[in-house]
Amino acid sequence: MCLGIPGEVVELLDDGRDLAMVSVAGVRRAVNIGLLHEEKLAPGDWILIHVGFALSKIDEREAQAALDWLHGVGDAYTDELEALATSDIT
Amino acid sequence: MRFVDEFRDAATARALATKIAGLCEPGRQYKFMEVCGGHTHTIYKHGLEDYLPETVSLVHGPGCPVCVIPMGRVDDAIAIAEHPDVIMTSFGDMMRVPGGRGSFFDSKAAGTDIRMVYSPLDSLKIARNNPDKQVVFMAIGFETTAPSTAMTVLRAAQEKLDNFSIFCNHVTIIPAIKAILDSPDLRLDGFIGPGHVSTVIGCKPYDFISAQEGKPLVCAGFEPLDILQSVYQLLLQLKEGRCEVENQYSRVVPWDGNPKALEVIGEVMELRPYFEWRGLGFISHSALQVREKYASFDAEKIFNVPGVRVADPKACQCGEVLKGVLKPWECKVFGTACTPETPIGTCMVSSEGACAAYYNFGRFSRERVKEATHS
Repeated sequence: MCLGIPGEVVELLDDGRDLAMVSVAGVRRAVNIGLLHEEKLAPGDWILIHVGFALSKIDEREAQAALDWLHGVGDAYTDELEALATSDIT
Repeated sequence: MRFVDEFRDAATARALATKIAGLCEPGRQYKFMEVCGGHTHTIYKHGLEDYLPETVSLVHGPGCPVCVIPMGRVDDAIAIAEHPDVIMTSFGDMMRVPGGRGSFFDSKAAGTDIRMVYSPLDSLKIARNNPDKQVVFMAIGFETTAPSTAMTVLRAAQEKLDNFSIFCNHVTIIPAIKAILDSPDLRLDGFIGPGHVSTVIGCKPYDFISAQEGKPLVCAGFEPLDILQSVYQLLLQLKEGRCEVENQYSRVVPWDGNPKALEVIGEVMELRPYFEWRGLGFISHSALQVREKYASFDAEKIFNVPGVRVADPKACQCGEVLKGVLKPWECKVFGTACTPETPIGTCMVSSEGACAAYYNFGRFSRERVKEATHS
């Protein structure tokens, strides 16, 4: 729950619900980007995702560092990814 | 992962350790508190204390939101879940946290409908798909997750959903730090400020720590070198007689935080007069409740919540661990009666709790540092 998971924006959905399709750990997921309105996100941007919401825009280098850190936390990251796999916020 | 390799470079860590040692005044003891479970994790996983002089110790604070939820709130949530037609939804982290009458898992086994979700938006979807049920989201977390809960309530209001509510247990970090500073048990020299929380609140709210309490604070990233760099910055401030809030994690944390996130929290929630924290007791204005305007989404208004107070088990010393007075292994039941498989206290339940982090990683760190030193 406290883990920030990096993802790469693939597509911005224009359905008025602040959703974007984001590649997270190799899987396409819907993520709410309503908290990053001012950032004017575009495909290719990296974001840090908390419980289904993008909380900050980061660069690719930071995304890689965050991923490596997550791999190091072990079960907590595996559990988070499993929870994410069951999530469907569309 | 080439970017990370250079970041995790043990030689760089040792060079930083030498600089840190050079800043320490002979005979002086230094105590710095980190108030983020993620930092605790990094410290144990990489055995960072072994890179520091013996006179510098890192103390773990109340940075795990699961760990600070008092047992009574778990019982209250279970009481809500026991209402007919209620689906209680919760992050997985909360499922094993023991209340006075057992955990969510125990309650689920006894027949209540408690479901794990990844996001509050998943709860919202369950509500949409189950119009004949009342769906409640067990909202927990510091300022990192509060904006997501607030956004979900706003969405529910927009969709005019009448079967979705939240049981709000969001806590705020600043009053907890104030309570720690007021505690007579502990003398601290500075703080390693949280990473993700600061993404939302920014660095300004910490000003009082430097201005009024005379302690430096450095917001830090999660990599081992980030933590060592922050310790270096804290010691440098002390050496130079400065006392400031610094942002070591500026690559993610904006100085002003995330204004939109703060705006939605403020729209949906307000400070409670007081809230009980596990180990810290009642702290005024330290948690959030749903504003009257959104009362129809407030489970505490919709359901009869008993408001139970349950004393922690006598053997459990989570309170002392959360205040940084005890190290995890100094607790009487650590690793014997209390393990991640059979936790007595919250610090052992959550993977970000200091006890679970030390149990899973810390015991092996010293050996690894030895290996790194000889490689």
